[in-house]
Amino acid sequence: MDPLFLARLQFAATTIFHFFFVPLSIGLVLHIAIMETMYVVKGNEKYKKMAKFWGKLFLINFAVGVVTGIIQEFQFGMNWSDYSRFVGDVFGAPLAIEALFAFFMESTFIGLWIFGWDRLSKRVHLLSIWLVALGTTMSAFWILAANSFMQRPVGFEINNGRAEMNDFFALITNGQLLVEFPHTVLGAFATGAFLIAGISAFKLLRRKDVEFFKSSFKVSIIVALVSSIGVALFGHQQAQYLVETQPMKMAATEGLWGESGDPAPWTVYAHIDPETGQNTFEIKIPYLLSFLSYSQFSGEVKGMNELQAEYEQTYGPGDYIPPVRTTFWSFRIMVAAGSLMILLAMYGAYLTWRKKLEVPHKWFYTAMLWAISLPFIANTAGWIMTEIGRQPWTVFGLMKTEDSISPSVTGGQVLFSLISFCTIYSILGIVMVYLFVKVIKKGPNAVGKSDDTKTDPFAKEGYHVS
Amino acid sequence: MSLNELWFILVAVLFIGFFFLEGFDFGVGMSTRFLAKNDMERRVLINSIGPFWDANEVWLLTAGGAMFAAFPNWYATMFSGYYTPLVVLLLALIARGVAFEFRGKVGNEKWKGAWDIAIFLGSLLPPFLLGVVFSGLIKGLPIDGDMEMKAGLFDMVNLYTLVGGVTVVMLCLVHGLMFTSLRTTGDLRQRARKLAKKLLIPLAVLFVLFAVLTVIETDVFEVRGVILSIVAVIGVVVFLSAGYFMTKQRDGWAFGMTGTLIFLSIASVFIGLFPRVMVSSISDAFSLTVDNAASGHYSLKVMTIVALTLLPFVLGYQIWSYFIFHKRVSEKEHLEY
Ligand code: HDD
Ligand code: HEM
Ligand code: HEM
Repeated sequence: MDPLFLARLQFAATTIFHFFFVPLSIGLVLHIAIMETMYVVKGNEKYKKMAKFWGKLFLINFAVGVVTGIIQEFQFGMNWSDYSRFVGDVFGAPLAIEALFAFFMESTFIGLWIFGWDRLSKRVHLLSIWLVALGTTMSAFWILAANSFMQRPVGFEINNGRAEMNDFFALITNGQLLVEFPHTVLGAFATGAFLIAGISAFKLLRRKDVEFFKSSFKVSIIVALVSSIGVALFGHQQAQYLVETQPMKMAATEGLWGESGDPAPWTVYAHIDPETGQNTFEIKIPYLLSFLSYSQFSGEVKGMNELQAEYEQTYGPGDYIPPVRTTFWSFRIMVAAGSLMILLAMYGAYLTWRKKLEVPHKWFYTAMLWAISLPFIANTAGWIMTEIGRQPWTVFGLMKTEDSISPSVTGGQVLFSLISFCTIYSILGIVMVYLFVKVIKKGPNAVGKSDDTKTDPFAKEGYHVS
Repeated sequence: MSLNELWFILVAVLFIGFFFLEGFDFGVGMSTRFLAKNDMERRVLINSIGPFWDANEVWLLTAGGAMFAAFPNWYATMFSGYYTPLVVLLLALIARGVAFEFRGKVGNEKWKGAWDIAIFLGSLLPPFLLGVVFSGLIKGLPIDGDMEMKAGLFDMVNLYTLVGGVTVVMLCLVHGLMFTSLRTTGDLRQRARKLAKKLLIPLAVLFVLFAVLTVIETDVFEVRGVILSIVAVIGVVVFLSAGYFMTKQRDGWAFGMTGTLIFLSIASVFIGLFPRVMVSSISDAFSLTVDNAASGHYSLKVMTIVALTLLPFVLGYQIWSYFIFHKRVSEKEHLEY
């Protein structure tokens, strides 16, 4: 088997899997921190119970996030050694800083939070969870700084046949990072918010622990509303940035082969035929692409054929068009999911504001339960668009994916690791869902009971959830 | 001292920190299999490392990250060359990490049994594999002129590296047992002490065997004979003191001594390597060194500033967390896992 293909498959599979848990961790910990803050400020035990209940889900998720992250850290050297040699000088720094700055903070303070309920003062305990929240967000910042370098390399020069850093500041003020970081982190906040809102809606539908889940719903729907509007705004920024820095990705995202014309219309639907380089059927909305690209209702966007010719001039002969269908559809899936999220969050906020949460809203609560999947879909689709749309490059304009691979690793080895990782990940996925359902079914009151008793530990074995 | 040398030392410090800290939680993880007599004791053991194991593992991640940033060629050659052992290492670490969180979540015996196996293997395999990998670094590996390591099975697994792997496992186990004697009470504590003392003899045999094989199989005594001999002498003294403190039941001191043994062992590997980072068995000219494997000066400078600023904070709050959880864990208390 072709080691390049297998290595790409493995990287895609493991990263996508990692990023299922990552945004949920980032989003949930923010909610827990908010809830515990309300507990400390208002002194109402209800909020403590909330922090603990959602904390259970967070910890299960966090564990999976952590162990799938370890692979990511090793994978660059294991599967992409030529890439690591070429960019390690620049790319290694944010990774090392991420570990030093963020991972240590996260992992130490999560230990203090879990085991510290009785040993730390209220305030210090609260500080711990905020530091975990800060740690997860910082971790996102540094890893995205590394990723932004791959999208738009800055702050380096080519020396001794490799990229060497010459401006660290440029690396962390990369324009790509400034749009990618808020977009991704707000998406992560939304992920946590929709999970909490969805489960709360489900419980409200079943009329279980109504007070508890009403309060949880309130907190999460506000976060959901703010972050899903924010993610769309920054997404718009990102699209504009893309037109400037990676026009080919943008053209592929639009399925645009030839000239767009001025003003440029936005394609909602297209039958794309990459073989012949044209679309056999399209539905378009006038002006919208110009608006997406330039925030005004005029302006032309370059097509793939023109860009291909330009790139050949700059980088030499080759095929510079990424997989168009994947890029095109993943973008549309993300935007569709994002739009639905905004609508649902707005309606949920309206119900909360009008104090109508207890009036039966069967369709809405059912929709919220299903909407848990939306941010996960959008996150995955977003990364697929970003990374596949960058192909054939690993580092845009500098290094191609086919040159990034480890020469000494054989196809057989990668096949072995691919199968092993997929197997263990499938088990993890199943166990996770099972545990989530179990904790949710038990509800918040089981948690309170088992956590606050300190008598015979054997007795609580049966229903002890932590 | 050049920045390259400083970073070599920092990488060494990170690995030493990792083996010192995660060493005891590997040891505790292994001992869940034979030291604990029932589920309750197993829970006590797991809870004794509960607040720490994740942060301890981050030492490994940071060491990896530091290699990537400061010595990209070292990171690239070693991680791609040792591909398959690292896959197994990762699988073990994954299974172990989730097992702590998952095992207590369901009351069922079979469920717990399965995660207990994960904890055991996940604590046994990593120190073994890392022992094999580190012995390989000093023994020499087939690294060619393009810095590519094309190692067959027997380049990686042979008498020398196997002894290295087993030694690291035994060292972590003894260290973990001393940790248990510090963090638990009653019968469990007594058994941990007893077992640790018993295991000193096989540990001594392994150390001697490894030292003899090192003289035969590697060039490190030719390169750094004087320092390494001094380290070896200190090692013997520390080892004897460990035995002494164990007999006197001075757990804290004994734990300090087993920790010092880990420190000396890992430090010796790095001393023996320097200024190389990986020894080539094909030709000396192909060995990776702190110069040809390193990042540029600017990058190292930035990393130095960042690391020296952050490290005191990291150490500060980690030590503080050990202070918060200094109380012994017993079955009378609320157990989280
Ligand atoms: C936008 C955020 C984000 C992205 C794109 C990634 N990660 Fe991640 N990672 C996190 C955000 C995060 C986190 C929120 O900090 C995690 C997830 C859950 C957790 O426990 O920490 C984490 C955990 C985590 C860990 C375990 C840390 C520990 O033991 O505490 C490692 C080693 C990595 N990641 C490494 C990577 C690498 C090398 C990535 C690139 C391919 C990557 N992550 C993508
Ligand atoms: C966490 C969210 C991410 C997801 C879901 C994701 C997904 C993907 C996918 C699907 C590919 C495969 C593209 C292809 O081969 O056609 C890829 C490639 C790649 N990505 Fe990402 N990525 C993520 C984040 C990152 C980050 C943060 C980095 C770097 C810091 C990164 C580095 C790479 C590298 C080095 C490749 C090249 C290997 C390849 O082309 O397959 N990725 N990613
Ligand atoms: C609603 C309108 C949205 C727009 C216009 C939008 C726009 C974009 C664009 C243009 C990119 C590609 C950036 C690049 O390749 O450089 C992107 C990536 C991404 N999007 Fe969205 N997005 C939207 C909604 C969402 C939502 C709701 C989520 C998740 C909850 C999300 C998650 C992501 C992620 C994780 C990435 C990959 C990381 C990155 O490049 O930032 N997006 N988005």
